[in-house]
Amino acid sequence: MSEHLPVLQVIVPLLAAPFVAFLRGREVAWWLTLVITGVTFAMSLALYAHVQDTGETLIYQMGGWAAPLGIVYVIDAASALVLPIVSGIGFIVTLAARYLVGAEIDGRDHPLFYTAWLLTIAGMLGQITTGDAFNIFVFLEISSLSAYALVAMGAGRDRRALPAAFNYLILGTVGATFYVIGLGLLYMLTGTLNLADLSVRLAEVEATRAVYTAMAFIALGLFLKMALFPLHFWLVPAYSFAPSAVSALMAATATKVSVYVLVRLLFGVFGVSFFGVDSGVGLVLLTLGITGAFVGTLAAIVETDLKKLFAQSSIAQLGYMAIGIGLFTPAGLAAAFIHLFNHALMKGALFLAIGTIAAQAGRASMTTIEGAGRQIPMTMTAILFGGLALIGVPLTAGFISKLYLIRALLESDFWLLAALTFMSSALALAYVWKIIEAAWLKPRPEDAPTLHETPMMWIPAWLLVIATLGFGILASPLIEGATAAALVFFGGAS
Amino acid sequence: MQDDPVMRVIAKVLIPSVMLFALYVQFHGDYGPGGGFQAGVIFAAAFILNATIFGLNRGRHAWPARANLLAICLGVLLYGGTGVATMLLGENFLNYNALSDDPIAGQHLGILLVELGVGITVAAVMVSLFFTFAGRLTHIRLMRKTDTAEPDTAQQEGLGNE
Repeated sequence: MSEHLPVLQVIVPLLAAPFVAFLRGREVAWWLTLVITGVTFAMSLALYAHVQDTGETLIYQMGGWAAPLGIVYVIDAASALVLPIVSGIGFIVTLAARYLVGAEIDGRDHPLFYTAWLLTIAGMLGQITTGDAFNIFVFLEISSLSAYALVAMGAGRDRRALPAAFNYLILGTVGATFYVIGLGLLYMLTGTLNLADLSVRLAEVEATRAVYTAMAFIALGLFLKMALFPLHFWLVPAYSFAPSAVSALMAATATKVSVYVLVRLLFGVFGVSFFGVDSGVGLVLLTLGITGAFVGTLAAIVETDLKKLFAQSSIAQLGYMAIGIGLFTPAGLAAAFIHLFNHALMKGALFLAIGTIAAQAGRASMTTIEGAGRQIPMTMTAILFGGLALIGVPLTAGFISKLYLIRALLESDFWLLAALTFMSSALALAYVWKIIEAAWLKPRPEDAPTLHETPMMWIPAWLLVIATLGFGILASPLIEGATAAALVFFGGAS
Repeated sequence: MQDDPVMRVIAKVLIPSVMLFALYVQFHGDYGPGGGFQAGVIFAAAFILNATIFGLNRGRHAWPARANLLAICLGVLLYGGTGVATMLLGENFLNYNALSDDPIAGQHLGILLVELGVGITVAAVMVSLFFTFAGRLTHIRLMRKTDTAEPDTAQQEGLGNE
């Protein structure tokens, strides 16, 4: 069966979804989802181990048709690195969903909730695995459409989830449409949709205006999907009004997958030699990245709602990934992959911890957590560690991210940008300190609702916190993986 | 519209022929233009016509919501199940050659099953989209009646004023 792993990775959650839709009762649906996400995670790890050990690229031909005629699934060092992030976060967030979804979603809706949940995960895994540009679009829509539904399910608690989901739907669809328009142009020019084949054929086509137009459409569509500043306005309401479990899943994975697809298209199809920083896209990514880092951080500082606060900080963190990609060097791309991995861990931990507060108190704001440090110590400590990792304090994974990003910037002689990156990460201290102050230094108000925590509620968040600390101390496996992933796109040229 | 005899008679003639045509598009898709998606949409159009002429309630009666969910899932599972079957028979996912000793017969059988899955799901999704939106009408009328009581809720939903 092991040769079928690349396709099983996607179809196990995809085909489990219709079964879950038929289950009655909340417990069964959750158990089945947990088992499926667990199996998916195990398969991702097996694929990662295989690619890491042998260094070979796995190619799976759908229906036995070889590329470029057929659709192939490709597992190389890059996709093998991103797969376990998505499926691993999916598994841990599902573990937490038992409490979060139980508290926030009407019991009758649970089977359909978990159906959409599995479809989102399957869609994201499909985008990572597939080697076909149009197939990426199909999976993009599978994951996005179910994500819109999941966000809208927050309406049971707060009606504002509906406009948030609708905005997300409109902007997400615009992004996907732009991607397809770009793809259509490329197909017209080359007559192929296979990613590997596209890169070969594009090298033969002259750098005409049509190619640049296609590139602009694809890049813009994916910027929207990855919520790069200034196309990030859908993200904050969508994350903050969605059910807590959905916020955690999406904050940790959804935008990361779009970042990965952008890398696949920019580096894997157009190629580093086709255009570089000088021709524009790199410069756009660097400028928008650093502006986003500042805007997101500053907006987070003035925000009082915790979900919105960390959603704003996601904008900033995505800015750092954009900077890494925009450098167009192996070191920069490796830094982007490292940050993609680490940020998924810390944002997952943060949103899970905040979710348990929001599930009890309705919303998690600064006033809700006033003096909560003693009432729910495990949850608040998880938020503390997540916050420290966001700043980039040594011994957390965030430090490794920032270290490699700044090192890559210095390597390319972007001194000013390195200084600005350092400054904006240091600014993150302001919003993390605000939380520390509220949770530990202020007394709990008399009339504040009593918050409680059980191990079932904080264990999932702590699993991710431990991973954050673990990858901060023993970073070498991740760095090796990310470097190998970056080299996929540079053809060992470095 | 069910009081109009012209509508009623035409609908009664049209509905079965539309369904028959859908089946033709479905199963002739191997040889000519057609296939699961088109057939599914045409098949669903027959149900939608039925509901527009004879009313939502009778339409719902002809295609209950529970059966609809079953059909949506069944189609997907038929498609995926064909793929899994080829995998269990030792070939790649969706390699229909595995379905029969003769590869050409296998390809025929495989595409037939997969397209049938597509047809079932598309028809069911179309019908459920129609009923979901048409079903909002009674909901909206209900909201209008309570408008005077709670103008705020109606406003929030964007249904406040015409």
